[in-house]
Amino acid sequence: MSLDTRTVRRIAKLARIGIDDAEAEGLARELGGILGWVEQLDEVEIAGVPPMIGTGLAAPRAREDVVTDGTVTGGACREAVLSNAPDRVEAFFTVPKVVE
Amino acid sequence: MAGMTLASARKALEARKISAVELVEAHIGAVDSLDGQLNAFITTSFDRARAAARAADERIAKGEAGLLEGLPLGIKDLFCTEGVRTTAASNILRDFVPPYESTVTANLLKQGAVFLGKLNLDEFAMGSTNLTSAFGGVTNPWRREGSDAKLVPGGSSGGSAAAVAAGLVLGATGTDTGGSIRQPAAYCGVAGVKPTYGRCSRFGVIAFASSLDQAGPMARTLEDCALMLEAMAGFDPKDSTSVDRPVPRYTEALERGVRGLKVGIPKEYRVDGMPPEIDALWEQGIAWLREAGAEPVEVSLPHTKYGLPTYYIAALAEASSNLARYDGVRFGARVPGASLDALYEATRREGFGEEVRRRILMGTYVLSSGYYDAYYLRAQKVRTRIQHDFLAAFEKVDVLLTPTAPSAAFAWDEKPDDPVQVYLNDVFTVPASLAGAPALSLPAGLDRQGLPLGLQLIGRYFDEETLFAAGRVMEKAAGFTHRPAIVAEGLA
Repeated sequence: MSLDTRTVRRIAKLARIGIDDAEAEGLARELGGILGWVEQLDEVEIAGVPPMIGTGLAAPRAREDVVTDGTVTGGACREAVLSNAPDRVEAFFTVPKVVE
Repeated sequence: MAGMTLASARKALEARKISAVELVEAHIGAVDSLDGQLNAFITTSFDRARAAARAADERIAKGEAGLLEGLPLGIKDLFCTEGVRTTAASNILRDFVPPYESTVTANLLKQGAVFLGKLNLDEFAMGSTNLTSAFGGVTNPWRREGSDAKLVPGGSSGGSAAAVAAGLVLGATGTDTGGSIRQPAAYCGVAGVKPTYGRCSRFGVIAFASSLDQAGPMARTLEDCALMLEAMAGFDPKDSTSVDRPVPRYTEALERGVRGLKVGIPKEYRVDGMPPEIDALWEQGIAWLREAGAEPVEVSLPHTKYGLPTYYIAALAEASSNLARYDGVRFGARVPGASLDALYEATRREGFGEEVRRRILMGTYVLSSGYYDAYYLRAQKVRTRIQHDFLAAFEKVDVLLTPTAPSAAFAWDEKPDDPVQVYLNDVFTVPASLAGAPALSLPAGLDRQGLPLGLQLIGRYFDEETLFAAGRVMEKAAGFTHRPAIVAEGLA
């Protein structure tokens, strides 16, 4: 399995990770190598085998339908949520202008 | 204080032979004098530790000591600690200060443990060498005989393993996704336990691959690991995969012995090219258990060779999804951009290291339209077959014995350039992770060059007690008292 640089750029776009042309070539080689290695899974008979999504050891459960922010009240929770924002205006996160 | 352990320090505190303040100061001194050579700590929290030690002494005086009262521990920098910077060894979280505490660390604090700081790891726990940290690699405190080449401590919990081995802390938390507790424990000559998936809460542990991540203890003895696990484990409503069942007294299982126990030896773990010393140590482990009354039985885990590729598809897919949250908007580093997409792309390019970017891209690919069934869904089905291998084996045997890793620690400059070659370090640890089964590694001997080697035990779901009992038999037989080249005299 080999990957072309066009595919690598498409994946990088989907993952929102910037890459330059030189990197795209290196990544195409490395990712192609990993994909070639995982192709051995094609040997395994999987007809009728269910996918393992988790271990299934924990019983699914529903929590009580109540507010769960515990003792954090009076705006303190808002401050905690915003405390690591790289940029903010008052009680808001900021992003570049998205609407013209 | 020579040969101190968590358990012996606990007894000394109880008997008032030493105070928590003295114990903690001695370990702070060890970090100050030795960590320049190891780089095991990303962040130290000595002021908090000193205050916690004083409070511990007061509780001990009042007869209110918790299970780990006054005992100095290190915390892998993947566990969120309220008010103490938590980085995941990534530039994207370089200045992140969590406003909340992970459940596992909260459980340890509740039992009186004292945290000296946050320990180095591979970035986002992605690696087996601890060289992918944005805060620099960790140096293994061990040296080959007659050589001063810097060796890797293993990974991803490499800072935890190195700090414990060198005597900077009495124990440390680790996390294990495909071997990240067991492999560094083996490389650094310490004990480490990956409990059953769901035993320790994942709440507040920065996610890598959620269906595999599991926290566990690392310490110099299995008794110390048992003590720590008693405090760390337990049901947590804040983790949907946490399992609601009582936590046993693991320390009480230690001396149970192995008489009549059936020990499975998986034949597929005899891989080509394994150093003869590791093979010999494995045989030695079988002999130790047999002499103590266990019955070794050859078993087959036919899908073992598919473990690694299955693991990398599953783990990378989950990682690409989990790491989508680092977008430079709500927390973490930001690199400005003219548009929102440009901001995302610049932030994630700068913020993530090379291995993390590679894994996100790989994970994105296997989840993308047109490839999902061929890669991700197929891997999930193969994972079922791997789980069934273990379930079938555990109908015949009580525990499995294997080597922990296919080699001893290697030098920093011996790390292969090919990512697939690096992934092969995890060949013996990944299958139990995929199954969600508990497993531990204990130091069992040295190789020809004087480096520690580990043996791994894998158990039935929630049967950590049998792991501790069988591990203790081998620990006693091995009598592993070797210490690394860099060590705090008197503490380890």
